[in-house]
Amino acid sequence: MTTVTVEVSELTRAYGDNKVVREVSFNLNKGEVLGFLGPNGAGKSTTMKMLTGNLAPTSGTVKICGIDMIENPKEAKALIGYLPETPPLYKELTVDEMLALAARMHGVPRGKVKRAVDHVKERTGLTEMGKRLCENLSTGYQQRVGIAQAIIHSPMVVVLDEPTRGLDPIQIKDIRALIKELGGEHSVILSTHILPEVEMVCDHVQIIHQGQLVFSGEIDQLRKSRESDCLVVGMRRAPATDALLALPGVVEASPAGNLLRLRFADMAGDAVAESLVRAAVAGDWGLYQVAPDVASLEDVFLQLTQMEEVAA
Amino acid sequence: MKMILTIAGKELRSLFASPMAWVILAMLQLLLGLFFANGIDRYFEAMQGAMPPEQRMGFTAFVVPQVFGVAVLVLLTAVPLLTMRLIAEERKSQTLVFLFSAPVSLFEIVVGKFVGLMTFISVVVLLLMAMTLSMHVATDIDTAHVLTNALGMWLMAAAFSALGIFMSSLTQQPIIAAIISFIALLGLIIIDSFAADPESPLNYLSLMRHFEPLSSGMLNTADIAYFILFTATFLVLTVRRLDADRLRG
Repeated sequence: MTTVTVEVSELTRAYGDNKVVREVSFNLNKGEVLGFLGPNGAGKSTTMKMLTGNLAPTSGTVKICGIDMIENPKEAKALIGYLPETPPLYKELTVDEMLALAARMHGVPRGKVKRAVDHVKERTGLTEMGKRLCENLSTGYQQRVGIAQAIIHSPMVVVLDEPTRGLDPIQIKDIRALIKELGGEHSVILSTHILPEVEMVCDHVQIIHQGQLVFSGEIDQLRKSRESDCLVVGMRRAPATDALLALPGVVEASPAGNLLRLRFADMAGDAVAESLVRAAVAGDWGLYQVAPDVASLEDVFLQLTQMEEVAA
Repeated sequence: MKMILTIAGKELRSLFASPMAWVILAMLQLLLGLFFANGIDRYFEAMQGAMPPEQRMGFTAFVVPQVFGVAVLVLLTAVPLLTMRLIAEERKSQTLVFLFSAPVSLFEIVVGKFVGLMTFISVVVLLLMAMTLSMHVATDIDTAHVLTNALGMWLMAAAFSALGIFMSSLTQQPIIAAIISFIALLGLIIIDSFAADPESPLNYLSLMRHFEPLSSGMLNTADIAYFILFTATFLVLTVRRLDADRLRG
């Protein structure tokens, strides 16, 4: 059974006449990880602020597990853990104090606070840091404390605004693993502008551009749109174009820098690459590279956001 | 209620994590101790002279209002320094989000901060009370008179704090909040000296006019109501101001 944890409908936020977020609607089920993608200033953070009750929407509703954020903010906020753009840490408190405060503020019973703090420190790799002041932590560790305070009360929905910002590659790997793990029991919404990150941790992706959703769907859909029907081939003694076109399935051969791009009628199966390699060996074409011509996620992203501009 | 205490506890912890609270406590104690000792000296000087018996007054009436009067003036500068960071600094370092995202109401946030600060100020008031009551070893002290003075000082401090918190919610810069609070409070204390007419409504606005009866030992409901309303008004204004943050962004 799937339970809907987040229901957003027609969410709009305007500053004067400037609509920063325009009629964004989506649903999220329990256990899913939703990636929120968009260039700077697209409205990612504004949407997240509205989701977590930090900003009142101009119109539209946000429901967390069926509880309306505007009508019952206290009950709805109890179900959310939020890491804003800047981790909200009291610099004069130690990590232990900060996390204990977060636990108590989110209604963790007094007797369970210590256990919750220990558990969350273990999950975010902060066990050694308990006695340090938040002020003296490096950016990466501050970010981890920020994540820790967001998940300490095991909320139904975890909202993370650029969680991997300021982390080193090893920490990024850990945090991504943590986010995937969180996705098991909670719903996670994370915003980022790092595209491969979305591909690694998210089940669903939404691309927001100038306040509007331009893409919303499963990650596989996005992945599929990256695949093309071309192979990029590098050969030292390339034959005439006609010889390549004679290969089974090849419909077009065009130069791409030092390489050749071969378009196939049907990319299904690996047979096409296999027959190409066989022909190359037989003809002594000096084949040294065969690679699928994958459009980068950036290209897809640019395509989606620029399509919008043309339409607008 | 639990949340109010949690927030109050956090504020107290932050207060004592910085040297500010300790310095204010120590300076206050030193200054008021000196004043108190000086007051005792002057009492003996005045009473040793050839003073007609009907003009003589008790030790409590002579010394205690003076000491508490000075204490209030010291608080006039100390409280803005304590309230300035309460909201302005949280806004500056973007920790306000932490409170806004937690399942607590704005009212609980503001009252929690107020309660935390007032706990600290209560310590100051209690220390001063203990100091004056210590004269019990040498003479008869009018305990009730000391209590009305302490209550007056506490109510004045509550009014200062509420106004200070409100000013702190208006800006991102703690220093600006402190300066504005100080000027506003000073204005409210001396406003009655601008009134030519003794019946002028300006008199009623003056904080000092409501402190003086308490300081002379008179417990008046109107004065207490004034302080409570003053404090409540500024706390409610602070809640409104924070709500505007959420609405306007």
